[in-house]
Amino acid sequence: MSAKFKEKLASALFGFTAAVSILAVALICLFLFLNGVPALADIGLPEFLFGSTWQPSSGIYGIFPMIVGSIYVTAGAMIVGVPTGLLTALYLSRFANAKIAQFLKPGVELLAGIPSVVYGFFGLMIIVPFIRTSMPGNGFSLLAASLLLGVMILPTVITVAQSALDAVPRSYYEGALALGADHERSVLQVVVPAAVSGLMASVILGVGRAIGETMAVVMVAGNQVQIPTSIFEGVRTMTANIVLEMGYAADLHRGALIATGVVLFVFILLITLLLNLIKRRSEI
Amino acid sequence: MAKLEYHSEQKASPKMSVKDLNLYYKDFQALKSVNLDFPAHQVTALIGPSGCGKSTLLKCLNRMNDLVAGCQITGTVFLDGQDAYKEVNVNDLRRRVGMVFQQPNPFPMSIYDNIAFGPRTHGIKSRSDLDVIVEQSLRSAALWDELKDRLKKNALSLSGGQQQRLCIARALAVKPEVLLMDESTAALDPISTAKIEELVGELKDSYTIIMVTHNMLQARRVSDRTAFFLLGEMVEMGPTEILFSRPREKRTASYVSGEFG
Amino acid sequence: MAFSDAHGRRLKAAIVRWVIYGATLLTVAVLFGILGYILCNGVPNLTPELFAWEYTTDNVSLMPAFINTILIAALALTIAVPLGIGAAIYLVEYARRGNRFVMVVRAAAETLQGIPSIIYGLFGLLFFVTALGWRLSLMAGAFTLAIMVLPVIMRTTEEALLAVPNAYREASFGLGAGRLRTVFCCVLPTAIPGIVGGVILALGRCVGEVAALLYTAGSVAEVPNFLQQGFAAFFQPTRTLATHLYVLASEGLHTQETFATAVVLLILVITLNLGANFFAKKLGVKREDG
Repeated sequence: MSAKFKEKLASALFGFTAAVSILAVALICLFLFLNGVPALADIGLPEFLFGSTWQPSSGIYGIFPMIVGSIYVTAGAMIVGVPTGLLTALYLSRFANAKIAQFLKPGVELLAGIPSVVYGFFGLMIIVPFIRTSMPGNGFSLLAASLLLGVMILPTVITVAQSALDAVPRSYYEGALALGADHERSVLQVVVPAAVSGLMASVILGVGRAIGETMAVVMVAGNQVQIPTSIFEGVRTMTANIVLEMGYAADLHRGALIATGVVLFVFILLITLLLNLIKRRSEI
Repeated sequence: MAKLEYHSEQKASPKMSVKDLNLYYKDFQALKSVNLDFPAHQVTALIGPSGCGKSTLLKCLNRMNDLVAGCQITGTVFLDGQDAYKEVNVNDLRRRVGMVFQQPNPFPMSIYDNIAFGPRTHGIKSRSDLDVIVEQSLRSAALWDELKDRLKKNALSLSGGQQQRLCIARALAVKPEVLLMDESTAALDPISTAKIEELVGELKDSYTIIMVTHNMLQARRVSDRTAFFLLGEMVEMGPTEILFSRPREKRTASYVSGEFG
Repeated sequence: MAFSDAHGRRLKAAIVRWVIYGATLLTVAVLFGILGYILCNGVPNLTPELFAWEYTTDNVSLMPAFINTILIAALALTIAVPLGIGAAIYLVEYARRGNRFVMVVRAAAETLQGIPSIIYGLFGLLFFVTALGWRLSLMAGAFTLAIMVLPVIMRTTEEALLAVPNAYREASFGLGAGRLRTVFCCVLPTAIPGIVGGVILALGRCVGEVAALLYTAGSVAEVPNFLQQGFAAFFQPTRTLATHLYVLASEGLHTQETFATAVVLLILVITLNLGANFFAKKLGVKREDG
């Protein structure tokens, strides 16, 4: 085998492995749409998206409560996780001394590594009983899911936000100090605005993580098909809908679940797109 | 008569001065018992080869060296006769002793907000007051006519020379008494450099200016007094013309004649 | 138009500082709360019976699930690691800058990274389980996981390769080595710690995953019998440790065993993450030297 041929072969082989990602995305889109779209056509898109009744036994498939559920739960997670996460990132990037940061950073990574079932189990044993005993309802609630997801998005928000803050040129901070601003003002008024697109990216990644989370939510959210009127009521997300019923669904019911997956997938694609827009804007 | 005048100048208390200043970075001694006066309304240039401690000394004057881990100081820095490290709040010190850096470092915000940042920091909130300060500062930095129609534009869209003059305007906006310039033209083209040198000449009527420069010609053109540093030591200090034409020290002579650099 | 005194500003700064300290303290408390709670309740319940070879409804042994986890993760990585490393090599060492194909590959990898695991599970169900007819099986689960961790391996390998100083490549080319030889003899060995770190990270993802496996690998708590069935055992349904924990927790019958299972899973994942960190740091040190 000549050296030149060998090089060509290697190049083609590596090119092929790179193409696998494209193939994977294409297959995922193809199979989701192929299996979901006929059901959508059968049910009717407006009825599916905006119908508020989900009764597979009677052949009624409206996922509006689940869409709202996913949005509520994600919003709740943001309220809990974003301020905590951003402030912690601020601490790690600009307030912590080297020793504490050295110890905290692996801690945050550890938090990221904990599997969602373990989070879910923790929520089931601690958060749900706590809400049950001290607040209205049986504990399985929008509030429980929001608190748990808020914790789960912390590592995502913290790591991305911290690297955005770390990337702000030192000269901005020094420039503010040299004008007589104290450390806090220099950080909040100059460093933070300079990192704003990275901070936005951290929040959006957190949204993606929260809206796609499945197991932990299923374990604490109660999963009733309803649009909750208080944070103490149960809620079912799109992800929960799939995982709860996929085991026994058949025919149109199965198609409707896959279509739920398609809707979720579209949400995720929009989030990825938004993320790319922000990245591009920050590069200019 | 001339001799008498010389003495009276020495007696008038200087705007800033350093006494027996030693500075260590961990084990390395970067400044060795430096004694220096900076008279008011004069431009003092600090010259010397790289690593001689001139920038380090400058950063001591507004305590920017506090940011450097492992940096220790003995001796005293005086501002109007007060101990700058003990008797003056650090943020007030930095307001009174402004600084312009080597690289222009405007904040990534509008031109207006850049200049208003300092005054806002020090408690000025009224829009009309800020408008006045922004205009005054830009006029002092000879930027008003160029920029008055673009105050809302992002400061990073300006040219390098404009950015640096904006940084000067930003420093002036908090009404400092002393202006430190750390090789502030090193990153600029000759035309922008000339503009800033001209500006320094105008500003010294209202401010005390201390500048670090690599460029001996610039020191000669702009400064009233020059101090020459070598290996952390202040070798010689005097009126600029005398230091360059008739230095007392051999080391000064060989540096200003370009024998090493 | 005088500058105001600093008192109010100092108070404001102190408030800002304490809010930030408070948030950080909350994060730390949550971290220790979760770890401490699981460990304290789980460790005392670690009994030898939990590690029995057979799973029965009386003794919910985690051993079969543990072995399945190793099998499925090993299989998934066998597929994903060569693909991920190959793709990263292509992106860093072969592709020309601004190549349209590269842009599409990157966009695809980014998309994969953002897809939630339930969607992978759904796809695995539709493609591997149904379309390819693999049924709920070790194989279908492993392939689903492989696609899921592919972007992780690609990204970490890419970072590791980019961290190799260009001087190494130039030196190798300068000695007359071809691209292939340069990659395998100079670049890859230097990047190994980073790549290993990425692989361990991916392993951690496999071990902790449930949503992608529930409808691809199934939840049968038995180890496929390779001795009797041979290759066909790959197409037996399996339950991994994480799925096992989910099933136990939702049944709610064996609380003590559930805690113990959670501890084993947690320790496994933490060990893997620490390992990944260790290797990633090694790379960091090298980068500073280079």
